[in-house]
Amino acid sequence: MFFYRKDFVARTLAELTEALQRAVFTHRYARLPGLLQRVDPRVKLVTLMVFLIGAAMAHRIETLMGLYAFSLFLAIISRVPLGFFLKRVWFFIPIFAGIIAVPAIFNVITPGRPVFTVFRFPDPISLLGLVHIPAEITVTEQGLKGAAIFVIRVADSVSLAVLLVITTEWMRLLSALSAFRFPRMGILMLAMTYRYIFLFLRVAEEMFLARRSRTVGHTPAREKRRWIAGGTAFLLNRSYNLGNEVYLAMLSRGWNGRARVLEELHAGWLDALWAAFSLLILVAIVFSEKGIG
Amino acid sequence: MHIPDGYLSPSTCAVMYAASAPFWFVAVKKVKETLTARMVPLLSILSAFSFVIMMFNIPVPGGTTAHAVGGTLMAIVLGPWAAVMGISIVLLVQSVFFGDGGILALGANCFNMAIVLPFVGYYVYRLISGSAPSGSKRQWIGAALGSYVGINAAALCTGVELGIQPLLFHTANGTPLYCPYGLSQAIPAMLLAHLTMAGVAEAVVTDAVLAFVRKSAPLPVKNSFKKEVTA
Repeated sequence: MFFYRKDFVARTLAELTEALQRAVFTHRYARLPGLLQRVDPRVKLVTLMVFLIGAAMAHRIETLMGLYAFSLFLAIISRVPLGFFLKRVWFFIPIFAGIIAVPAIFNVITPGRPVFTVFRFPDPISLLGLVHIPAEITVTEQGLKGAAIFVIRVADSVSLAVLLVITTEWMRLLSALSAFRFPRMGILMLAMTYRYIFLFLRVAEEMFLARRSRTVGHTPAREKRRWIAGGTAFLLNRSYNLGNEVYLAMLSRGWNGRARVLEELHAGWLDALWAAFSLLILVAIVFSEKGIG
Repeated sequence: MHIPDGYLSPSTCAVMYAASAPFWFVAVKKVKETLTARMVPLLSILSAFSFVIMMFNIPVPGGTTAHAVGGTLMAIVLGPWAAVMGISIVLLVQSVFFGDGGILALGANCFNMAIVLPFVGYYVYRLISGSAPSGSKRQWIGAALGSYVGINAAALCTGVELGIQPLLFHTANGTPLYCPYGLSQAIPAMLLAHLTMAGVAEAVVTDAVLAFVRKSAPLPVKNSFKKEVTA
């Protein structure tokens, strides 16, 4: 949950538009003839999940940096433009992680071997016996290392997740989930939710745009809340009516309450090669963690 | 409140998946038992609705805005088990497709926002509203307080999950390996934001939408907010 001082309509509009744009760009790269796009989504899901777990378990900065370089390599050979990839990965989550990691480099949060002193108080400070601030505020080695591990790990995780999403069409990802015995009803609901998210994003975008175009001057907060409540209720009403219409449409097309996945997936030699290569990378992660090589 | 990957250790993620799994299992079973085939598209579309309203900036007192989750609202309207399913689906789509919340941290995010939030919110609402007549003050207060307490309970869980990381996972020389903030920093940071802002936004959204539900009764609601079942 984050809070903003900007106008609520402008802020919401920006977020809705950004979500729509992100979805459009994601589809664009999923159809390119790159390496990851050609890998069977089941194999890709398993291998990228293994890398994700590898990133979560790695404790050495070298390993985490190596994994990050590997994710960049994967983006390049999957023909994902590097600028887009870096922007998509670094915008917000790792940058936010970096910002929140800053206080953790000081001895107030992470005690340890001092690297340099930032500030000196005459005496240690104790606030109500709850908060203790030492007389000397220093940046610690442990704090710096911890912050670096934290930020790189977050960047690794986001990079791998982004690679999975931008190189796989949503329906193929759902087919992969189905192959792993994910409940079919869940897959059907996921597919429907995903589809209607875009419709509602568009409806909400139009709603906020209409509001913005009609607003002149200052609006009291109470009036803003009333408007947004009305808008939410309108969307809820529309959701309910749409739910009924979609159900009738499904019935008319022969829906019998059972979910089916139409796409048959076939793994080939490229998938076997990719799996073997991923295993090698995993071995490299393990050796790197043991400090070998 | 969405925890990204890298903030929690893999073992914490595994524990949180294990903690959420029984709820998902029961939710799927209950939803299958109690909801009709008509409710499959409805629940999917309401999940999409929940996704979109999470992006709305709700003006709260003080001149700022905050996002709501709508968990208590969904629990009151469709029941807590349907809310578990609906919000879990939203969180899965958010983490996989939009990068909001981690894939490994999905178990923790679902535990906080799709399990703790709707259940705490729903039962606080039930406790306060009791058998009060439809549209009574007690019902509105119950729904608002339920939403407020529910989202704060979820924030507390998030704070605890983040705060235990430096205590449990650090190197021999004390370097934190995951979230570097302990319980004494993570819990106040999470609660301060939710007690003052996000809790208010959640209460505003719940009460406002329920007022609409009561007026036009478009949903087969599970409680006395309903005037008549139209499904």
